Amino acid sequence: MEKLLVTFIFFVMVSACGGGGEAKEEKGSNPYSTAEKKSDEAPDYDPNRGHGKWTAQNIGMTDGLDVAKAEAGEKIVEVKCSSCHKLTEERLVGPGWKGVTTRRKGEWIMNFISNPDPMIEKDPVVQAQLELCLVRMPNQNLSDSEAREVYEFMRKNDGVK
Amino acid sequence: MKKQLQLSVLAVVLIMLGLVACKPKNMTSAVTGDAAVKAFVPPGQYDEFYNFVSGGFSGQLAVYGLPSGRLFRVIPVFSVDPEKGWGFSEETKPMLNTSHGFVPWDDLHHPELSQTNGEIDGRWIFVNGNNTPRVARVDLSTFRTAEIIELPNSAGNHSSPFITQNTEYVIAGTRFSVPPDNVNGDVPIDSYKKNFKGHLSFISVDKESGAMDIAFQIKCPGVNFDLSHAGKGPSHGWFFFSCYNTEQANTLLEVNASQRDKDFIMAVNWKKAEEYIKAGKGKKVPVSYAHNVWEEGTHSAKSEIRKEVLVLDYEDFDDLCYLIPCPKSPHGCDVDPTGQYIVGSGKLAALIPVFSFEKMIAAIANKDFDGDYLGIDVLKYESVLHGEVKRPGLGPLHTEFDNNGNAYTSMFVSSEVVKWNLASLEVLDRAPTYYSVGHICVPGGDTRKPYGKYLIAYNKITKDRYLPTGPELCQSAQLYDISGDKMQLILDFPTIGEPHYAQAAPADLISPNSLKIFKIDENMHGYATKGEKESKVIRDGKNIHVYMTAIRSHLAPDNIEGIKVGDEVYFHVTNLEQDWDVPHGFAVIGANNAELLIMPGETQTLKWVPEKAGIFPMYCTDFCSALHQEMSGYLRVSPANSNVPLRFGLGETAPVSGE
Repeated sequence: MEKLLVTFIFFVMVSACGGGGEAKEEKGSNPYSTAEKKSDEAPDYDPNRGHGKWTAQNIGMTDGLDVAKAEAGEKIVEVKCSSCHKLTEERLVGPGWKGVTTRRKGEWIMNFISNPDPMIEKDPVVQAQLELCLVRMPNQNLSDSEAREVYEFMRKNDGVK
Repeated sequence: MKKQLQLSVLAVVLIMLGLVACKPKNMTSAVTGDAAVKAFVPPGQYDEFYNFVSGGFSGQLAVYGLPSGRLFRVIPVFSVDPEKGWGFSEETKPMLNTSHGFVPWDDLHHPELSQTNGEIDGRWIFVNGNNTPRVARVDLSTFRTAEIIELPNSAGNHSSPFITQNTEYVIAGTRFSVPPDNVNGDVPIDSYKKNFKGHLSFISVDKESGAMDIAFQIKCPGVNFDLSHAGKGPSHGWFFFSCYNTEQANTLLEVNASQRDKDFIMAVNWKKAEEYIKAGKGKKVPVSYAHNVWEEGTHSAKSEIRKEVLVLDYEDFDDLCYLIPCPKSPHGCDVDPTGQYIVGSGKLAALIPVFSFEKMIAAIANKDFDGDYLGIDVLKYESVLHGEVKRPGLGPLHTEFDNNGNAYTSMFVSSEVVKWNLASLEVLDRAPTYYSVGHICVPGGDTRKPYGKYLIAYNKITKDRYLPTGPELCQSAQLYDISGDKMQLILDFPTIGEPHYAQAAPADLISPNSLKIFKIDENMHGYATKGEKESKVIRDGKNIHVYMTAIRSHLAPDNIEGIKVGDEVYFHVTNLEQDWDVPHGFAVIGANNAELLIMPGETQTLKWVPEKAGIFPMYCTDFCSALHQEMSGYLRVSPANSNVPLRFGLGETAPVSGE
């Protein structure tokens, strides 16, 4: 019984602190807060590429439009995107899409639409948008190929032939 | 003994070591070492505060203890609750009656404790039903819903139920403007500007009984009335409503109701409205609304449909309503403890404007107007402004106050609570919430007498905070110690439904009045059975009335024969116990409704319509004694044309066939 008590206390102590290292602190920094961003938070963050696995090398960019991908992308957009984004420049809930592929790099777009949350935390452009729109872009669970198809549709929307 | 002492010392040392080791490494660590101690209430000891937390789409009101976060009770209000038979027993069904018939669900957003002289008096708590507009009064001696009144000319009863400082009125503004009930509502939806109106209901409350009555309504332009609070102290006599959709949009409000740079806080001089009503200026308007009252003596509810309401049309008076411009779709509308400042939280604004009541009165006197909005004078923003809290965070929603001149505002988008000073308007501290905080609550935080000490944040999203439970997760409350300069998160706990607003009060304002039992000799229920000898079964045509008693641990009668298919059986069960915490439950196999849960001294009725012949057991559902499992009985149902006589009994008096 006594042994049990001591063990229990040790356990309480260890578990209270053990988890209190990296993981807890990660949670402690408020992922929703844009109020006070420290410059040392993401020293290696590349605002041109964004956060994620997509790079200029691996997104499979082609000069001309991949028509099949763009068509597949349009179908995805109708289900997952168009409630909040217009294809013109007009803001609905989120910004309009016209010209987005000329303003942002393909890898940045693909990283953002694949997993918006880390970039809402880090990216100055996204944070400025949040102050304007006040709605966090939700994660719509796009697969890698879907993200690529949505991007191709954005290119089509911007006049790529 | 000695060994035990050593062990205790060891324990203390180990725990202290643990606490030291847990010291946060930087400011972003949310939970500091002594948090558990601060929120700890030892087993068997009482909490310091009651916390009444809205259940949102559960339609119910939850009661927690603070600082422990322990859930004591879920009070059924607008939604049926099979656990307690609420909305299923014959006695409680009328409580959920409306002009639309029986409505078994609602969306409960805002509790508001009754006040005397601007301080919590611990008598009642009022709550709103958002969907089918209703206001309920919960009695804090029984923790039960005592009264529900429906609101005519209203839809989306959101700006509700906020009270004046002596509970003179419970006030409810409609969120959705709609055509008034007495005109043809079959109009094009895009005729909003022409045909839609927003009504503000002033419900009077009887000082002794708490009985509610719609004293009058003010008919206002069609906009969305979002939240409100009464003036207090110097501003007693005024009421402040936040208004959005002053664009009067009728579609895609997400975009179309967010166009204007400023919407309004509407200041209503309700003392003046009262004068006009006394002077006979109110118009009697035909409507239809339910008023449901729970009678303690008969343990039963009565519902009546009322047919008329007094309405003051804003267009007929120029000194009832004034508009204060407030940036970007204001949500929260909160008045500080001194009654001097009105805080508007524009949910799309990058600042929090604080208005001065004194300046407002001066501006009205000087006719310092910036034109009008649909015939209502608009006060000049700068003339009424005390000052602005600059860049407080993103998405300010609600503000509560402590007893030291500080305000706390929830920031939905940036998920934080921001502490600022009312005089200097400087931000003093900010604390993260997990995540997307809506309402916040400080005990007494919207009264003249805040108790301070704690702040509770009610969060919309919990995502990674608890063990996952599939797609549907709990919402949560987070408790902060606000006794120091810095807010300190000391506990978080899941809540029922979705918590919106909440109220908290010192336990000693409420617990001494808590009722323990209903006295059996005061039971005036028409089918009460006061003693086992009086138990009986009476046939009245197709209706069978069972006068049943329950006491540890048998039902009387527990054998009934002669019920026929096609009969409607009413079990009127009286709990004969007169000791605290001995309810009995009652259930019958195949009953199409729920159980009864009957408190000591109370009578409740379960309707049962047997559909086939056979033997049907019944039993007590609430474990009441060592012989609880024996607390049961049998019902015999025979075909409609059978000759089985009606017989009943218990033990020696049970029907005997000799078979």
